[in-house]
Amino acid sequence: MNKKITGIAASNGIAIAKAFRLENPELIVEKTIINDCDAELSRFQLALDHSKSELEAIQEKTTQEISKDEAAIFNAHLLVLSDPELLGPITERIKTENVNAEFALQETSTMFIHLFESMDNEYMKERAADIRDVTKRLLSHLLGVSIQSPSMISEEVIIIAEDLTPSDTVQLNPKFVKGFVTDIGGRTSHSAILARTLEIPAVVGAKTVMSIINNHTIVIVDGIDGEIIVNPDHDTITYYEQKQAAFERQKSEWASLVNEPSITLDGHQVELGANIGTPNDVSGVLQNGGEAIGLYRTEFLYMGRNQFPTEEEQVEAYASVLKQMNGKPTVVRTLDIGGDKELPYLQLPNEMNPFLGLRAIRLCLEMEDMFRTQLRALLRASVHGNLKIMFPMIATIEEFRQAKSLFIEEKSKLKNEGIPVNESIEVGIMVEIPSTAVMADIFAKEVDFFSIGTNDLIQYTMAADRMNERISYLYQPFNPAILRLIKSVIDAAHKEGKWTGMCGEMAGDEIAIPILLGLGLDEFSMSASTILKARSQIKKLSKVEMESHIETILSLSTSDEVESYVNSLKGN
Amino acid sequence: MIEKQYTITAAEGIHARPASTLVGSLAPFKSEITLELNDKKVNLKSILGVMSLGIPSGASVKIVANGEDENEAMAKVAEIMKTEGIGN
Repeated sequence: MNKKITGIAASNGIAIAKAFRLENPELIVEKTIINDCDAELSRFQLALDHSKSELEAIQEKTTQEISKDEAAIFNAHLLVLSDPELLGPITERIKTENVNAEFALQETSTMFIHLFESMDNEYMKERAADIRDVTKRLLSHLLGVSIQSPSMISEEVIIIAEDLTPSDTVQLNPKFVKGFVTDIGGRTSHSAILARTLEIPAVVGAKTVMSIINNHTIVIVDGIDGEIIVNPDHDTITYYEQKQAAFERQKSEWASLVNEPSITLDGHQVELGANIGTPNDVSGVLQNGGEAIGLYRTEFLYMGRNQFPTEEEQVEAYASVLKQMNGKPTVVRTLDIGGDKELPYLQLPNEMNPFLGLRAIRLCLEMEDMFRTQLRALLRASVHGNLKIMFPMIATIEEFRQAKSLFIEEKSKLKNEGIPVNESIEVGIMVEIPSTAVMADIFAKEVDFFSIGTNDLIQYTMAADRMNERISYLYQPFNPAILRLIKSVIDAAHKEGKWTGMCGEMAGDEIAIPILLGLGLDEFSMSASTILKARSQIKKLSKVEMESHIETILSLSTSDEVESYVNSLKGN
Repeated sequence: MIEKQYTITAAEGIHARPASTLVGSLAPFKSEITLELNDKKVNLKSILGVMSLGIPSGASVKIVANGEDENEAMAKVAEIMKTEGIGN
């Protein structure tokens, strides 16, 4: 009873529900010789039927609860299950070689997988993954092993998993998934970020949950303190229900600040924005009093599907966000793919150091057509609101110039075609690579704004992989090295009359906020659910006072010293 | 037996989505329906067959239907080619 597991608090709130283990079983195929061909054929047919009805159910659910687009992939999967070129050879092998259905299936599908993998078209190569996927489903039915799809969950659960990939997470429905716990990952892993967007409690990096928690066990996820309680007794449940109620009360206190401006005690106003992934997130931003969108991550448009989004689809998404924001600033980041974020239809070669490899703007400049399509879509949508565009992972001024010139070319092409565009779109960059932070004075002359991406800036400055838990101590937002870089970026921007925002996790952190105010940060962009807490804090701070501490803070030696210094100010 | 030549106009060629629509709509027909690109011929009722050709935009393909409902089958192909913007 009451076993407690500690992990990393990834998303606020408390949830109590039954555990649902999301497993990825290993399917082992052995070749056996069968005696009864007909029995084997009907066993195969039964597995086919089961797979089909399972896919139809997933397709139906995905269409209803997520979107028809996301569900389209299952059409192709269903067709593979009735494909004469796949089924013919399998049946033939069972009949003539007297082999078991599992073996016949694996041999035949492996042939197709190799065929697709050897094609010189990246998109077609990636179709091998679809054949693998279908084969796995069919095999699991033959072997009597069940595989799970998060979209099939239809009762209130807490998901327990080794990890959730970005494509798993697109299937999570907050109506049923009350919270989740993963063994690996950190506060900045994508599943953690998504949990905050969906406002469901989550604990990540819990290390042992998959080995401890069984299905249907009652679990409490405390996303405030990063704890999981397995099999809680009555008193424990009561305690957490009260904690949840207190959390809700505080939330309603913050709710009174929804329409208030973000002004310090001494009358300095800053802008509090939100980070979003899809047009659906905008309503949460507005409900939480967001004054802007400081980061719209467009990669979600490209994920969880089997081909690039068309220009029209993109225009629709961008226009939807801009219209909902109704003239409030909306910063859209162009495609940031690569690193740990992969697209199934864009098979990129494996890299030794994906975070240091061909990703984000580097990939966009190489795949110019794809990038131009996105820029055109952004330009076409720009007439619907206050659009600002930023390029991710800029390391050199040439990269910025190249990206900007493609932007200008697409803009003049559209104008020649008679398509209206907004003339006053600001074009800026993410500052997340130390070289760019160091050269901020040079960049500030050419860009319209900076947005500091702290997650990557910290990772690259400290040379510490943010997904590696064993070196998580190096994820130090308050390390004076980081603070000094941030200062020089903000100062460089202000010198040229430009503004600086921050769209990393740090912007919503209660220790970081006083420092960032003192440094003169203009815009803070965070998870929507953090905005009101941040506003409540900012209204109690004085900018002039924080400015007076900056010199001391920047001369401290360690992250811990900075943290205790800021904490000591709170007492005053 | 009837045949017809098509030029693929879909910007991304015959990808999973259009291929699914095309293949899926031909399943009810009894006729044998094939698609030829260069020297390769595949069963148009097979999604793996069609996809394995990796048919690019601008390609010229020959579609052949043979059987009792070949006219209806060809009419269906023409309809899907048009409504899905695959080719003409």
